[in-house]
Amino acid sequence: MTTDQRARSISVHLVLIAYSLLAVGPILLVVMNSFKVRSAIFGSPLAPPDASTFSLVGYEKVFRSSHILMYYSNSLIVTLVSMALVLLFGAMAAWALTEYRFRGSTALALFLSIGIMVPIRLGSVEILNMMRSTGLNDTLTALILVYVAQGLPMSIFILSEFTQQIPKDLRDAARCDGVPETRIFFEVVAPLLRPAIATVAVFTIVPIWNDLWFPLILTSSDSTHTVTLGVQQFLGQYITDWNSVLAALSMAILPVVVIYVILSRQLIAGLTSGAVK
Amino acid sequence: MPRAKLAGLLLFFLGPAVAIYTLFSVYPLVATMALSTYTSDPSGARHFVGLANFETLLGDALWSKPFWNALGNNLIFFAVHMCVQNPIGIALAGLLSLPGLRLKSFYRTVMFLPTMLSVVIVGFSWNLILSPLWGVAAGALKAVGLGSLFAPWLGLESSALVTLSLISVWQFVGIPMMLIYAALLNIPQELIDAARVDGLGQFRIFLHIKLPLVLPTISLVSVLTFVANFNAFDLIYSIKGALAGPNFATDILGTFFYRTFFGNQLQLGNPTMGAAVATVMFFIILLGLCLYLFLVQRRIRRYAF
Repeated sequence: MTTDQRARSISVHLVLIAYSLLAVGPILLVVMNSFKVRSAIFGSPLAPPDASTFSLVGYEKVFRSSHILMYYSNSLIVTLVSMALVLLFGAMAAWALTEYRFRGSTALALFLSIGIMVPIRLGSVEILNMMRSTGLNDTLTALILVYVAQGLPMSIFILSEFTQQIPKDLRDAARCDGVPETRIFFEVVAPLLRPAIATVAVFTIVPIWNDLWFPLILTSSDSTHTVTLGVQQFLGQYITDWNSVLAALSMAILPVVVIYVILSRQLIAGLTSGAVK
Repeated sequence: MPRAKLAGLLLFFLGPAVAIYTLFSVYPLVATMALSTYTSDPSGARHFVGLANFETLLGDALWSKPFWNALGNNLIFFAVHMCVQNPIGIALAGLLSLPGLRLKSFYRTVMFLPTMLSVVIVGFSWNLILSPLWGVAAGALKAVGLGSLFAPWLGLESSALVTLSLISVWQFVGIPMMLIYAALLNIPQELIDAARVDGLGQFRIFLHIKLPLVLPTISLVSVLTFVANFNAFDLIYSIKGALAGPNFATDILGTFFYRTFFGNQLQLGNPTMGAAVATVMFFIILLGLCLYLFLVQRRIRRYAF
């Protein structure tokens, strides 16, 4: 490598490091300060906690004065059930759309893909009416139904692309053996969709876990709040108590970061494989 | 395959997805639009009023002023994303796709991290950081000798909207970065090798060869940004509340819709007017999508990779 090339490579790394710091700096700052006593949060915000400034007082308060664990379990139930249904119904629909020839299949595919671009949020007024009149208002079921409707278009779109790539011989062979169509789907096709399923799962989970709008309009009691809404309301109430605010923020950040770091390879593979282009 | 058997299979495989999607996504949207032509009297009874709600929204000063304000703010919000988020995304993608770059997956992972977080968390974190109370931002500026530049940006009418837009840019820059990065990786190596043989440097290869080839992705990113921006709500709500202060300087269509539909300290919730606002938002998004499809998508030459 010539000196010129080396200088160029160093400057590229400097730019990337600077941007990386800008990207994670604010998050690190919040998490780091959540482990400090109040005086240190204000006195030396940029210093990491040491023996004399370390404190968990914010976390204690968050646990005592809010139902953070309940919010977590609500978010977990809503996200996992929605994801499972989006994947199951999405894969089934993708299979039917790509495998069977029937009149109106193109129109149906188009109808389903409208939802990729048009936000479901714009129908909120009527969604709330429907949930109220069926008594589903303020239940986790209401959230799940909305999120499944929201996630299906993208899931069907991505899974259709993958279903088309499965070799035709596989299912034709199964058909010659007289295997029923439902078993061909569940036992031959579905297992082959596994890599795609991870991609769709990540695309489905993130917006659901982070959503504020639907919990805000569809849930009213504490027992149905999700983490995002619970933390939002907690922060509003305790805005002057910096220990608690920073602790609540960190508690909402950390699980996502952990999941992200575990799944990041899959997510990035999904994003760059062209599945969403 | 016999007709009856095919119908049964379609019902089984497509039934659940189509039913849930139609019932909880398409139907509510259509019903909301229908509701926008009604008004409800104090007893709760609904009367058909045609387009009167839209006349009120666009003609009555009490409604039109906040509406145009929100729409104008939303355009600024979108403009900041287009002018800042997409160029940064392109630049980062360009750097990441340089041949032989080390640590590239580390950078990618770190830079995409903010996109994964809830907008509520991002909003509050930045609210604390930029707050004059904590002084992190003021201290950081002072450390590089720019202390006099500090102002409570989120609290000033003149700067609150741009500051919020930049926070949103900070969070979502990962999306254009990733999509453009993926497109850059798909460019055939022969093209780049040919340019190098012709004596072009990395920067000019990027500018003259790679960038024109990823234009379709850039326009796709733009339309995704448009839809997301004109539907945005969470960030403003979590930092500024439903009133989108100071003095509605950060009010965008999403917060305006929320206030109209649900009400707040200043007004009662009004579902029929809320439906009218949602309908207008729907048509704005539709207009953007149509412009994209007919003006942009058509003209872009499709390169066969």
